[in-house]
Amino acid sequence: MPGVEAVLTHAQVRGSNRQGVIRKDQPVLVDDKVRHCGDAVALVVARDQGTLAAALGLIELELEPLEPVLDMTRALEPDAPLVHEDHPTGNILLAGELVSGRGQAALADCAQVVELALELPRQEHAFLETEAGWAILTPEGTLEIVASTQTPFRDRTEVAEALGLELEQVRVSAPYLGGGFGGKDGVTVQSLLGLAALACPGRPVKMWWSREESFLAGVKRHPARLHYRLGAESDGRLRALDADLCYDTGPYDHLGGVVMTLGLEHAGGPYRIEHVRLRARAVYTNNPVSGPFRGFGVPQAAAALEQAMDLMAQRLGLDPIELRRRNLARRGQRVASGARLDCSHGLEECLQKLAGHQWWRGRGAWKAQAGPFKRRGVGVAAVMHGLGYGPVVPDVANAKIELTPQGKIRVYSGVADMGQGNASTCLQIAGQVLNQGLENMELVLPDTERTLPSGSASASRTTFTYGQALIAASGQLRRRLLERAADLLFVASATELALLPGRVRHSASGRELPLARLAALMQESERVAVGRHRAPVSQERPTADEALRLHGLPHAVFSFATQLAAVELDELTGQVELKGFVSVCDCGRLLNQQLAEQQMQGAMAQGLGYALCEDFAVAGGRVQTPDLSTYLLPTSLDAPDMDSLWVQAHEPSGPFGLKGVGEVGMDGPLPAISNAVADACGLRAQRFPLTPERVLAVLGRPWAAGGRP
Amino acid sequence: MKLRFTLNGRPVELETPSDRRVVDLLREDLGLTGVKEGCGQGECGACTILVDGVSRLSCLMLAAQLTGSSITTIEGLAARGRLHPVQEAFVQQGAVQCGFCTPGMVLAAVDLLGRDPQPRREEIRDGLSGNLCRCTGYQKIVDAVEQAAQPPQPEEEP
Repeated sequence: MPGVEAVLTHAQVRGSNRQGVIRKDQPVLVDDKVRHCGDAVALVVARDQGTLAAALGLIELELEPLEPVLDMTRALEPDAPLVHEDHPTGNILLAGELVSGRGQAALADCAQVVELALELPRQEHAFLETEAGWAILTPEGTLEIVASTQTPFRDRTEVAEALGLELEQVRVSAPYLGGGFGGKDGVTVQSLLGLAALACPGRPVKMWWSREESFLAGVKRHPARLHYRLGAESDGRLRALDADLCYDTGPYDHLGGVVMTLGLEHAGGPYRIEHVRLRARAVYTNNPVSGPFRGFGVPQAAAALEQAMDLMAQRLGLDPIELRRRNLARRGQRVASGARLDCSHGLEECLQKLAGHQWWRGRGAWKAQAGPFKRRGVGVAAVMHGLGYGPVVPDVANAKIELTPQGKIRVYSGVADMGQGNASTCLQIAGQVLNQGLENMELVLPDTERTLPSGSASASRTTFTYGQALIAASGQLRRRLLERAADLLFVASATELALLPGRVRHSASGRELPLARLAALMQESERVAVGRHRAPVSQERPTADEALRLHGLPHAVFSFATQLAAVELDELTGQVELKGFVSVCDCGRLLNQQLAEQQMQGAMAQGLGYALCEDFAVAGGRVQTPDLSTYLLPTSLDAPDMDSLWVQAHEPSGPFGLKGVGEVGMDGPLPAISNAVADACGLRAQRFPLTPERVLAVLGRPWAAGGRP
Repeated sequence: MKLRFTLNGRPVELETPSDRRVVDLLREDLGLTGVKEGCGQGECGACTILVDGVSRLSCLMLAAQLTGSSITTIEGLAARGRLHPVQEAFVQQGAVQCGFCTPGMVLAAVDLLGRDPQPRREEIRDGLSGNLCRCTGYQKIVDAVEQAAQPPQPEEEP
């Protein structure tokens, strides 16, 4: 067909044709069996979109239908078909268990036991910029890929292995992303672009998924089924927890085991509970691929635990904030997962601030003012969120900084900026150490050829880890600049000099050396400094299960937050409207409050969507919500003004005392909103999101068409 | 067809299929990549442009509809190197995260403020409700539009 440059199948893939991080089980192009509706079987390269669409329409695909595995219950049955025949534990991608004390047996001795079963939806990242990139095979034989990715260095390895290239033949760069949230943590278009570029040497190839393709093939937040039993003494002390978490990971690993493990670690939240049995499983199915999404398994766990906490508070007649405060594990104590907390810890202060907030103190009067057919409620949640990769996978960043020949400070950032603003934070950090303003600074975005390996932009570790490496590199460059300036100015010691914007000054004599002049007198190797940082790991061993440790359990440093939601529920329509939304967060010291607020507000809005309207529906393995008119995102009318407050518990292992803030705001909204709805109407749904249909069904309204509670 | 219109203050004349989507014409043919496509179905607002000062979705428009009109894209908003007050307010308030929704959001805000120079917060939310943002939770965007709204004119002495 004219205009078609290449038609490719797995037969043209010369490498392993497998992608993945822990378990490499995802093909670039399918070579054995199609495992979900978004699997790619052929790749067409065409001159323009019209030709491409016509060519794709001419492909005839013959498939032998196999029995699919469409839900977790079926997947776990002994006679269920296997999604991967070669996986030693069948359809269980990974399972883990943490037991302490007498485990679930202690529930029998508790004065009160509350029980909760939940089904949580699949959530779509819905970044405004869908998966995209372009690539070219240069005449020198280098495959250059420019992609919207959170993980350029890891992609490079994955692409090279999957396509059968040497590592040094592949270069990946990651300019600013149009949103990521975890959905670009891992390969999306990269290998496909590489394959296309290899087939069309010397010509640029572009791939840009349509919204429908993004919804079809992109990863999602794991749908989850949870069962919790929580037991307490009559004085409100938590005593026992039995928690079972089941995550639908879809057909490929795609970090699903790591997501599950983080959920397991956080299954008992920030509380001291002596007797626990926490169990979690990530289950293979033929549904869409689940993977990383802001929160990474923790929003599911918090959804169950924090609702159980409210049920318990109600049962005991205790104030919900007070029940949480009484049971917090303080620094030096063990949380329910069994690991001792050794990081900075401001959650108690967060809870105190929330208890004093006008929304909490004034809730009685506000609720009483609900109009006809309206009910109002206020709910809270408290959460913690681990940062980084855990005890085994090295959480390392390598920063590089240069005094350019023109006398500017150039920061080589190894971590992608998907909208969190960490690129600006890099300049802020280096500018702080080197006393330079933005006008004297330049930035190089992640590029496997120019910047140094620094891990992923994920896991609330981007600035936490890279920032420390950058402080080290900047400090080294600062010392070198001052020492060399001292030599050139005939000054006895560098301590007599001050580094000022654009120049070095000898304070005593007033003599100055412009940085451009200093740069001209230095060789390139002197003008560049590098710094490495490896984040600290926990010495705790709550489990001997090495697989769980590899998958990240336990973490050493946590951010904390407590959130409040005030809702108004319409009895006639079932609509839940969020009227007030407050967070009080300890993410260590704030380097830039505006950026921290952005993270918190953005996470809370995604949490609001998770709680109230976002439901990526799949039936028979097929997507039922293929676009933004069927998958509903919160609009500017749905998100209320939010109040973001901070408790800045200085964390010595973080840059200038900072901890990560990217994810912790995502964990609390769903349970806070559900607790608020329960406060309003005395009832709880088992299934989420709380769509009007579900709310009407919960309320027992006869006109609740088809909604199941 | 031969198409004539004004683009960011300059006359444009070009040959294009009459059914070419305006978003493709602007992005692919004219290189104005500040026009973003987030859904192609008129749901997200990322492709918003101003047509004779009114915000329109360029993914739902065909080239022929541009005939004789005056188009403003985000590239044409800053005058003589100075940011438009709405752009300036977006920067100051931190209303930009990934930036993908920003061009459409800014143009929608310009349209809103053109119709109502002093909208209340709820009116700003209403005016921007056709533009999705996945990063910010909208709060700082609303703050920015509030800042960009003209301050009250001092009342004339009678």
